[in-house]
Amino acid sequence: MGLFDLFNKKKSSSDYAKDRLKLLLVSDRANCSPDIMEQIKNDIIEVISRYMEIDASGLDIQITQTESEGGHGSVPALYANIPIKDLKSKSVK
Amino acid sequence: MSEVIVITSGKGGVGKTTTTANVGTGLAKLDKKVVLIDTDIGLRNLDVVMGLENRIVYNLVDVVEGNCRYKQALIKDKTYPNLFLLPSAQTKDKTSVTPEQMKKLVEELKKEFDYIILDCPAGIEQGFKNAIAAADRALIVTTPEVSAIRDADRIIGLLEANEIKKIDLIVNRIRMDMVKRGEMMSIEDVVEILAIDLIGAVPDDENIVISTNQGQPLVGDNSLAGRAYFNICKRILGEDVEFLDLSESGFFKKLSKLFKKNN
Repeated sequence: MGLFDLFNKKKSSSDYAKDRLKLLLVSDRANCSPDIMEQIKNDIIEVISRYMEIDASGLDIQITQTESEGGHGSVPALYANIPIKDLKSKSVK
Repeated sequence: MSEVIVITSGKGGVGKTTTTANVGTGLAKLDKKVVLIDTDIGLRNLDVVMGLENRIVYNLVDVVEGNCRYKQALIKDKTYPNLFLLPSAQTKDKTSVTPEQMKKLVEELKKEFDYIILDCPAGIEQGFKNAIAAADRALIVTTPEVSAIRDADRIIGLLEANEIKKIDLIVNRIRMDMVKRGEMMSIEDVVEILAIDLIGAVPDDENIVISTNQGQPLVGDNSLAGRAYFNICKRILGEDVEFLDLSESGFFKKLSKLFKKNN
């Protein structure tokens, strides 16, 4: 419990709820079903793999909110974290 | 001119039926001629909340199937002679009525009533489609929980797609003590996330349970929930009513006043 208490001091449970909801609604509103996200993920793996060796199992993609550069409030953004195993290109043809 | 209001939420158990009963009764109290329609076919409940369950002869399905005229199916309220209920059928299912039939029925009711209030079932299937088919405006009921707000957001999208222009939000079951501790999302949080107009917030008040036990809506009485619902009714009529301070629940209010005096 001690660890959780420490955590709670930083962020209340209502803040967690709000953050989770915001993330959830962005993907809900973008109408991105888990199926489509899976397809996007597979396509990204396919494209990147042409140029370098990546850890496909560690790949994480999600749609989030980010501040727009023009200062028009927050806009949806695709966030992808792709661990690279070997930067040396697999012989680009 | 009459107005058709659908009360909906997506998620079940957030207080659609209680809100329908109280908003309908409140509008009747404000001298409007009101009919409440329970569109939850198969899971009829509005009759119980209104305390009219023993008076049902005909129901919504009987009316649309032509087994009776709508006037035969309407049940007059115990207290207000200008308030009526059209109960749902308990033994049929949602497909017994179509959106077209609902539109036709509501058109007829418009000739006689100022407000037609539709209690929508949970979900986004046939029952939801029936309930929103004839609506001019919608009241979205939600609680300050992730699941309820997520469903409300989906419902708002569907209502907009169906060209229901006026959509207002009711935040139900708010507990200000929890909000203050940071353990519940605030009314402001919910409004910010859903980005629609707030028409009222109703506290989590045990008087609601008592009033449902008795089958007597509490709108307009002295309880915090009763006052909150009555304010919502006035706002529906276009009045500019200030929002209640919901933190003034009986015991704590007295306690804090006591402290203020001493300091």
